Amino acid sequence: MRKSLLYTLLTISALVMFFPILYAFSVSFMTSEDIANRQIVPTNPTLANYYDVLQSVPILHYLMNSFIVASTATLGMLIVSSLAAFIFAFIPFRGRQAVFLLFISTLLIPWEATMIPNFLTIQSLGWMNNYLALTVPFFALAFGTFLLRQHFKTVPMELYEASRVEGLSHFQFFYKVVVPYAKTSFVTLGIFGFLTTWNMYLWPLLVTTNDTVRTVQIGLRRLQADEVATNWGLVMAGVILVIVPTLILLAAGQKQLQKGLTKGAVK
Amino acid sequence: MKQAEELPRRVETVDEAVKRYRIPSSRSFWQKTVNYRTALLYLLPSLLLFGVFMFYPMFYSLYLSFFFTDAQGDPTTFVGFENYAYLWESASFRRSVLVTIIFVLLTVPASVILALFLALLANEKLRGIGWYRTIFASTLGMSVAASAVIWLFMFHPTTGVLNAALQALQLPAVSWLQDSTMALISISITTIWMNTGFSFLILLGGLQNIDEHLYESARIDGAGYFYQLRRITVPMLSPTLFFIITITFINAFQSFGQVDILTGGGPAEATNLIIYSIYREAFIYYQFGPASAMAIVLFAAVLLLTLLQFKFGERKVHYQ
Repeated sequence: MRKSLLYTLLTISALVMFFPILYAFSVSFMTSEDIANRQIVPTNPTLANYYDVLQSVPILHYLMNSFIVASTATLGMLIVSSLAAFIFAFIPFRGRQAVFLLFISTLLIPWEATMIPNFLTIQSLGWMNNYLALTVPFFALAFGTFLLRQHFKTVPMELYEASRVEGLSHFQFFYKVVVPYAKTSFVTLGIFGFLTTWNMYLWPLLVTTNDTVRTVQIGLRRLQADEVATNWGLVMAGVILVIVPTLILLAAGQKQLQKGLTKGAVK
Repeated sequence: MKQAEELPRRVETVDEAVKRYRIPSSRSFWQKTVNYRTALLYLLPSLLLFGVFMFYPMFYSLYLSFFFTDAQGDPTTFVGFENYAYLWESASFRRSVLVTIIFVLLTVPASVILALFLALLANEKLRGIGWYRTIFASTLGMSVAASAVIWLFMFHPTTGVLNAALQALQLPAVSWLQDSTMALISISITTIWMNTGFSFLILLGGLQNIDEHLYESARIDGAGYFYQLRRITVPMLSPTLFFIITITFINAFQSFGQVDILTGGGPAEATNLIIYSIYREAFIYYQFGPASAMAIVLFAAVLLLTLLQFKFGERKVHYQ
């Protein structure tokens, strides 16, 4: 009794929550007659929309840009954050607490409050329409530093001492012991970083003025503005191409992400 | 001579004794500062980037907010608080603040309650629960651009599926994005949907961390589902809930993409959320001075709200 009630609630919720995504998927295979008739399922499924979207905008180029940007930003984030986290977990020095507070204080600065000077900085560095503008500012991340530090702190002190006795340098200890030990936190932060940078919207809108490094999110905006009046099927085909990579990543890494983020959030 | 030797010796001070008995350190200054040098080296990338892209721009925003600028964003004339006075006078800015507050009230409680509801459902141990969890978390993988474009189509007055559904139920069609009251609600619905994935995932993690034994003993005592929910789940989950509320709050203040795609701030500025108005002021009208003043107001508001939440929220939170 209780079980069937739960399944009913779960199924209804799942249908409601997933409906927009399923619907977009369905529309992407529809002919324009189906769309005009407000069909839910395509009566005559066609791949024409996918073919057309690849012809009308350089969507593969945008996808490639997004891949480059999201992977570079994620890798940079992992390296920069883990270096800082290593210090906060293992290397005591006078004033460390103050530096740590400085890191915390960045959480209080909404990114949008700094976007005007950042935009001017990017212009004066000559980084407009350059991958650097889309990646470098996101390398340092207080959240990532905390998440990794929490995990680093669980490395047994004996391992640290043993590594000193063995004559390992700090850096050798870092990449031979600490990084493998905290692998799961790196995966969590990696998935999180990739999702957030892949989905960035406002910043790429500001620092890209042509197609060279424009990411797929901004491509979608352009596609929507150009084609909305005429061809919804084509726009939805574009949407599906954009969301498939992150949905797959999320489905694969969901458990990991849930465990890792909860740890970082609460402890 | 002998007498002189017998004169009482001057008493040695502690410092002198320490100096006399200390074994000369084999560690040089270079070795003693090894931790400082390591720390500096490893922290340098973070500190440099925070400096250039966080702290410097924060102060530069403040600086710019006291100036008129040219179209390149270079300050030209110092005007004191005139930009702030301009904002205070501006009906458009006041509207924007009001709209943002309403938007926050519409989205934050609804997002958190919906996510909590889904997390409670998905925390049950049932066959196939993994699939439901993946579906509930799916909006975390949805970008704001993709989500907004899908909802734009669903809100479409004639071909949209929402009005089709209303028509099937014999209800009148709604102007989802064309009516100024409805537009803000429509944007809120989109935002709540987008927020759910992340909040759900975090809350589910929080639920799974609660000790099973608490429920077992409650069941033995004959406590019902809602009693357990009120007395065990919510208190034990409160740190996670508190975290999610804070994050959702800050996210709501920073919403931009859905406004840009769904309404462009309209109709009649009814959905001109604060970030959108900063964007318009700075990057469409090139008014960097007033835009910076808005950014400072936003910063102050977020700071104040975060501190208030920590001051009052922390007390009600139960930590294990």
